[in-house]
Amino acid sequence: MSFRKASFAATAMTLVTAGGALAETLTIATVNNGDMIRMQGLTQDFTDRTGHTVEWVTLEENVLRQRVTTDIAAKGGSFDIMTIGMYETPIWAANGWLVPLDDLSAEYDADDILPAMANGLSHEGTLYAAPFYGESSMLMYRTDLMEKAGLEMPKAPTWQFVKEAAAAMTDRDNDINGICLRGKAGWGEGGAFITAMSNSFGARWFDEDWNAQFDTQAWADTLNFYVDMMTESGPAGYATNGFNENLSLFQQGKCGMWIDATVAASFVTNPNESTVADKVGFALAPDNGLGKRSNWLWAWALAIPAGTQKEAAAKEFIEWATSKSYIELVAAKEGWANVPPGTRTSLYENPEYQSVPFAQMTLDSILSADPKNPTVDPVPYVGIQFAAIPEFAGIATEVSQEFSAVYAGQQTVEEALAKAQALTNDAMEAAGYR
Amino acid sequence: MATRQSRSAARLMMAPAVILLLGWMLVPLIMTLLFSFKKYLPLRGGDLGWVGFDNYIRFVSSSAFWPSIYATLVVVGGVLIITVGFGILLAILLNQPMWGQGIVRILVIAPFFVMPTVSALVWKNMFMDPVNGLLAHLWKFFGATPIEWLSQASLQSIVMIVSWQWLPFATLILLTAIQSLDSEQLEAAEMDGAPPLKRFGYITLPHLGRAITVVVLIQTIFLLSVFAEIFVTTGGAFGTRTLTYLIYQRVLESQNVGLGSAGGVYAIILANIVAIFLMRAVGKNLDA
Amino acid sequence: MARAVTRNRKIVNTALAWGIGLLIFFPILWTILTSFKTEAQAISDPPVFLAFDWTLENYGIVLERSNYMRFLWNSVIIAGGSTVLGIIVAVPAAWSMAFVPSRRTKDILLWMLSTKMLPAVGVLYPIYLIFIRLGILDSRTGLVIVLMLMNLPIIVWMLYTYFREIPGEILEAARMDGASLKNEIVHVLMPMAVPGIASTLLLNFILAWNEAFWTLNLTAANAAPLTAFIASYSSPEGLFFAKLSAASTMAIAPILILGWFSQKQLVSGLTFGAVK
Repeated sequence: MSFRKASFAATAMTLVTAGGALAETLTIATVNNGDMIRMQGLTQDFTDRTGHTVEWVTLEENVLRQRVTTDIAAKGGSFDIMTIGMYETPIWAANGWLVPLDDLSAEYDADDILPAMANGLSHEGTLYAAPFYGESSMLMYRTDLMEKAGLEMPKAPTWQFVKEAAAAMTDRDNDINGICLRGKAGWGEGGAFITAMSNSFGARWFDEDWNAQFDTQAWADTLNFYVDMMTESGPAGYATNGFNENLSLFQQGKCGMWIDATVAASFVTNPNESTVADKVGFALAPDNGLGKRSNWLWAWALAIPAGTQKEAAAKEFIEWATSKSYIELVAAKEGWANVPPGTRTSLYENPEYQSVPFAQMTLDSILSADPKNPTVDPVPYVGIQFAAIPEFAGIATEVSQEFSAVYAGQQTVEEALAKAQALTNDAMEAAGYR
Repeated sequence: MATRQSRSAARLMMAPAVILLLGWMLVPLIMTLLFSFKKYLPLRGGDLGWVGFDNYIRFVSSSAFWPSIYATLVVVGGVLIITVGFGILLAILLNQPMWGQGIVRILVIAPFFVMPTVSALVWKNMFMDPVNGLLAHLWKFFGATPIEWLSQASLQSIVMIVSWQWLPFATLILLTAIQSLDSEQLEAAEMDGAPPLKRFGYITLPHLGRAITVVVLIQTIFLLSVFAEIFVTTGGAFGTRTLTYLIYQRVLESQNVGLGSAGGVYAIILANIVAIFLMRAVGKNLDA
Repeated sequence: MARAVTRNRKIVNTALAWGIGLLIFFPILWTILTSFKTEAQAISDPPVFLAFDWTLENYGIVLERSNYMRFLWNSVIIAGGSTVLGIIVAVPAAWSMAFVPSRRTKDILLWMLSTKMLPAVGVLYPIYLIFIRLGILDSRTGLVIVLMLMNLPIIVWMLYTYFREIPGEILEAARMDGASLKNEIVHVLMPMAVPGIASTLLLNFILAWNEAFWTLNLTAANAAPLTAFIASYSSPEGLFFAKLSAASTMAIAPILILGWFSQKQLVSGLTFGAVK
């Protein structure tokens, strides 16, 4: 088969180029998401091709972040490859902590990477991390419940429609909630959702002078709308629901709609895990008529810390894991619906992948996200559901904790916004922005 | 009894432990103090120079500071009250004649062997989840609306999880103390017709004084630094941000080592205030 | 008649104690049961207690994904190494405190305990940098040292309280017979203190086994113990209760079994000087 051939060729090539190349052992830190777990299972293919072996350090997202950040800031050298996101990449690259990925092989075809993803993972035009999978967010809904409510989901719904549809689909007696959304504290959890949502309401984190903007009407509108809708049609305890909790609820048939990461589409349509696999439709994340939708952009990517002794082997791994042939390898073993999505143009041009039900909507969502112009009013930062500055993760986690306290009924929207405003300005002052 | 020779030998023998601990205390302490007067931001290039008392002022003037002290005291105090209270009752019960005492004792001490991370994960997902948790099913079975434990009763939930882990420790120490109680004294009191509550108040409780002090002392040291239980369950939301957790947020989430270090110094001060109180109490009880 | 009363009381005691014991143990039991369910059964409504199709599937998945034996071995080495090393350092110190007390002994003891109150996260960066300098990042040696230092105050305290209960006259007698200090400790003191040392060993082994801050933050692939193993199973995507339960069971089973077999030693020695 073509794989076998490619594998031989690759082995031969490494032997020639490296001149009796040393078989290295790479230590790779990664997050425990499904696609990465699958990659671990396929490591043998990489070893067969290159002779290098891999030691995996797989950690839960929050632990991974603290672990790799400490290591790279202290120059610990514990890892040869780190799995990082769109938030970390530009910051770390600006510090000179990452090896530029500007010399990848022609066969790898770096130009094939979706421009939105490549832009988000670059610093001053140079790629510093290769996307393993990319995502935007979109609306997933139950076609059967929609029909029962006598409604039809447009391809690009508004928030007002979503709110009304959620109320119509809600059936508390049968444990069906019209809409499930993230409310869990944490900048990458509920914080990411509400920030992306606020963009469509015309809100922003900072004005062009880095002043916090939580005292604006746009933020109050966002939070009030969210809280009203969730009180009316959301599940109990949504203040602690993150991606995984909502995924589980949706798979159990307890949600009418769910707006979340596009990668969730393959989980909710997988008949082995989902009780509603054949009743899911997709639409763009809602807007509010202001020209910005509420979808985000994110990629989990592989990067090499500067100073590693095993740069060449690490690059070989990155080329393998984010290549077209890796996608084909997964497709051959697990089917097209399970390949890592959102990274390559060629994948979305592949007729076999186009027949996957959520492929087109995923691509449309990714294409409609613009990290460089995320908001209605101009902002000094890059990033949609985050601002790519080192202070953001800490501030946004605290802000989202204040918001979650609103969702749990422990304080009012006004109180939360006042606290958010104060703590954001305080932290920005400490960091020397103001 | 102690000759000069044995005194110097004793000093020599104490030296390794004292020197090691002195190093283990001083090196981090000095570094914490040093960083606390600096603007130290790892993501912005590390050491950005001296800033005087800025970090100290900023740390206490943050709206999160006093709530974090409150949360710390509630967690430590709540767990102490629960573990000591239930610990005494359990110890008395386990000291009674019964069948299968050994097995019951095993069941009771088991939570102490469970890693904090694991116990937090298990409680959060399998018990306190408002939809799929066992407690939610139980509430629904009785026709009640399930409690959203980790948001509506967040501090109580954390106190409950931590108490579950430390109850065995308290019970064991108190049990050993009760077993050493002179049973003749109790029987004599029983003969004299003293009601059980009086017997408990006048004989058992005073006898347990020393054990209770020890439990409080040792547990406080561990409870002041409770972290995994909060990290896994609420991530510091809903008023569960203790001082330790606040420092974690400053150092690792905000990557502001200077600010976090100033928080560390406050934590040391708080720990010492608590320690002074405790040591007064323990000191009295420890004098042999 | 008195006999009937005690018998009734014994029945009540037994029922009450078993009830409470099972209640306290239930979360662990439930985790173990869930680890044998499928993911769908793990969240089924109403929950199933015993009547489900028992499966080893979750253990298979976990074993396939992670090198469990390596995590386990690291945990054993780190917890065991730090405890044994701690006891070697602590025995002489505890001996001199117990048998040659000075005015400052109590202060030193309490000071030692107070070193445990420094919040660990505040010194993560300093310690990390020191570890890099010494080249012991992600090594078992490094963790053995850190955990030994962390638990040393507790070890000294426990040993001190046991040693104090040994009558000084016996040591005097040994000394009269011409025993050297070393002989005195090894041949006279240690045998008498075995129960105390055993329980110190066990308690600190448990504490080191369960330590989850340094063991997670100072390791990568080589020295990671079971606390890191668990961090790869918490909150992933999709249904995970059953897999989490299997991983949790595997992380706590070794220490639980050890604890059960040694509970007599642990219980008999665990007094911290609470009993006079």
